[in-house]
Amino acid sequence: MSFNIVVLAKQVPDTRNVGKDAMKADGTVNRSALAAIYNPEDLNALEQALRLKSKIGDATVQVLTMGPARAAEIIRESMYRGADGGFLLSGREFAGSDTLATSYALAAAIRKMGKVDLILSGRQAIDGDTAQVGPQVAEKLGFPQITYAEEIIDLDKDSITVRRRLERGVEIVRGPLPILVTVNGSAAPCRPRHAKLTLKYKNAKTISEQQTSSSDYTDTYHTYIIPEWGAGDIEHEPQWLGLSGSPTKVKQIENVVFTAKESKQLTAVDADIEELMKELIANHTIG
Amino acid sequence: MNNIIVYLEIEDGIVGDVSLELLTKGRQLANQQKCKLEAVAAGYQLDTIGTQVFHYGVDTLYLADDKRLYPYTTLPHTSLLVNLFKEEKPQIALMGATSIGRDLGPRVSSALFSGLTADCTSLEIGSYEDKKAGKVYSDLLYQIRPAFGGNIVATIVNPDCRPQMATVREGVMKKELCDPAYKGKTKKLNLSDYVPDEDFVIEVIERHIEKSKLNLKNSHIIITGGYGVGSADNFKLLYDLANVLGGEVGASRAAVDAGFAEHERQIGQTGVTVRPKLYIACGVSGQIQHIAGMQESAMIISINSDPHAPINAIADYVITGTVEDVIPKMIKYYKKNSK
Ligand SMILES: Cc1cc2nc3c(=O)[nH]c(=O)nc-3n(C[C@H](O)[C@H](O)[C@H](O)COP(=O)(O)OP(=O)(O)OC[C@H]3O[C@@H](n4cnc5c(N)ncnc54)[C@H](O)[C@@H]3O)c2cc1C
Ligand SMILES: Nc1ncnc2c1ncn2[C@@H]1O[C@H](COP(=O)(O)O)[C@@H](O)[C@H]1O
Repeated sequence: MSFNIVVLAKQVPDTRNVGKDAMKADGTVNRSALAAIYNPEDLNALEQALRLKSKIGDATVQVLTMGPARAAEIIRESMYRGADGGFLLSGREFAGSDTLATSYALAAAIRKMGKVDLILSGRQAIDGDTAQVGPQVAEKLGFPQITYAEEIIDLDKDSITVRRRLERGVEIVRGPLPILVTVNGSAAPCRPRHAKLTLKYKNAKTISEQQTSSSDYTDTYHTYIIPEWGAGDIEHEPQWLGLSGSPTKVKQIENVVFTAKESKQLTAVDADIEELMKELIANHTIG
Repeated sequence: MNNIIVYLEIEDGIVGDVSLELLTKGRQLANQQKCKLEAVAAGYQLDTIGTQVFHYGVDTLYLADDKRLYPYTTLPHTSLLVNLFKEEKPQIALMGATSIGRDLGPRVSSALFSGLTADCTSLEIGSYEDKKAGKVYSDLLYQIRPAFGGNIVATIVNPDCRPQMATVREGVMKKELCDPAYKGKTKKLNLSDYVPDEDFVIEVIERHIEKSKLNLKNSHIIITGGYGVGSADNFKLLYDLANVLGGEVGASRAAVDAGFAEHERQIGQTGVTVRPKLYIACGVSGQIQHIAGMQESAMIISINSDPHAPINAIADYVITGTVEDVIPKMIKYYKKNSK
């Protein structure tokens, strides 16, 4: 029986490159000024999945992403990087989800995907930096978890061995399957694989994308259809989705302002520096 | 009932600084809320934990002492907290935003359906009005954290779910003894009442944890180098100055990324938070994420070739010049005048 891997991947605004134009004059974030990218650590997770697939042979790699319609890009990118397929979980019901509501929805979608042996997620997403969704999905499914994986060292039919990168060290642990593993940014980067796949899947589309695209019907015939699931496709209780399934509420968002000080202006000339050092010694800041 | 609980991180029988910092904060919140401060220790051979934590103002220390609880693995520690929280119903639960706390926190929050806010930089008590539901909540925990790459600060609340959970990075809160004579109670937990045997599924095969060599947090003088220092070689100037003044060397993320300094030295939102007596920023532009980790320094000196570097706005002294030029002069005139 084939070994089934699910990778959780999120589309995120590229907060690493937040420039001044990313903040609007009123102090709010201008999301449209930021590119939407594949969350970096999710690519590390995908890489581990693809490596396992090429090692085991009889394995499938499916990517699951929850987000707006344009997050279909994540599935497309995953496929031309070598994943077998993926699902876009999308819909109004999911809006306003915090990490718990997100994990509830993802866990429900994973249950629908059938037999899963291994779930890989990124350690954290760069938009929220919470690192919560992986462990919470594991908890919802009753899976054990191994966080901060740097390398999957070994996999046999009922266990996985992982090297973890901790703040102040490393750990090698073994756990039973099925399991969820979160992958660290220090793991191997996701290298591009097959040029042929790129060509084949560049035009993969969801049904809703197809309906809005102007391409002709022969094109429809040859493109891969990305399956799109809404709340109606997963088994769920409505109160656990979206806003009502989110125990955390944002009370307030503030722009960061630092209070400027009255500063003393000096230059690099000897007299200025000597004066400064004398002052610091005299007021016991140094010495 | 409805107390404040701190999960203690224990390595080699020693309670981590991050937990002591949280106890300090927890004590303060408990005084405000007129409730007790409690702590949970899960591990092996925990006899000295009480003497390590009571004087931070701990009223109750829960001990789960079992060989299988150390080193930490996710499931048993999760079950312990989940079942203890179900019994004790704490209003607030705090843990370190560390490799352990960030593995454990989300798992516990999911099991209890209680919201968790990661990496808080400030915790306060306040009220919240849910306009839609027309409800006002008082005495909630404000979980304050940077968001969106540090460009904004968000205040998060969990109006309806308990405990209100938050993680905080090491060094963000101050560590302060409450009372050297403070004496709390110890309650030993019978492990099998809290943790099923099936939870021990992860086998730790190998483990190397290094003791941190560096003590940036507790240094009174910090000389920080940014990308403007130019090279690892130029960083030597900073070490020289630190040696002479008796300080430590820190770095901005750009300097760390460029390989000028070790990651352990990074100061800022994703590094260490420091509040020394004197902070000398050398070739640091002063982006929001850096300032977040050093703005509370008592005195700030900026050495920068650009007179308009943002950091200059929060500096007490601005030296417009290059690092190569200014630092040797500082060393020279310190030596000359300190005798
Ligand atoms: C989510 C997120 C988290 C982050 N976390 C952190 C963090 O924890 N810590 C952190 O530091 N950054 C962090 N950053 C990065 C931060 O935004 C800045 O990119 C970084 O702090 C810039 O470092 P710098 O000031 O050394 O470099 P630069 O911005 O390149 O500034 C170099 C400065 O050196 C000056 N200079 C050049 N040559 C000389 C010379 N010869 N002598 C004197 N001055 C000279 C220049 O005028 C300039 O002001 C984070 C970013 C993000 C998005
Ligand atoms: N909307 C989502 N869709 C798919 N995966 C997600 C989503 N949100 C989070 N994840 C996964 O969970 C990890 C941690 O996310 P976070 O808790 O937001 O830091 C990410 O690296 C992803 O692997």
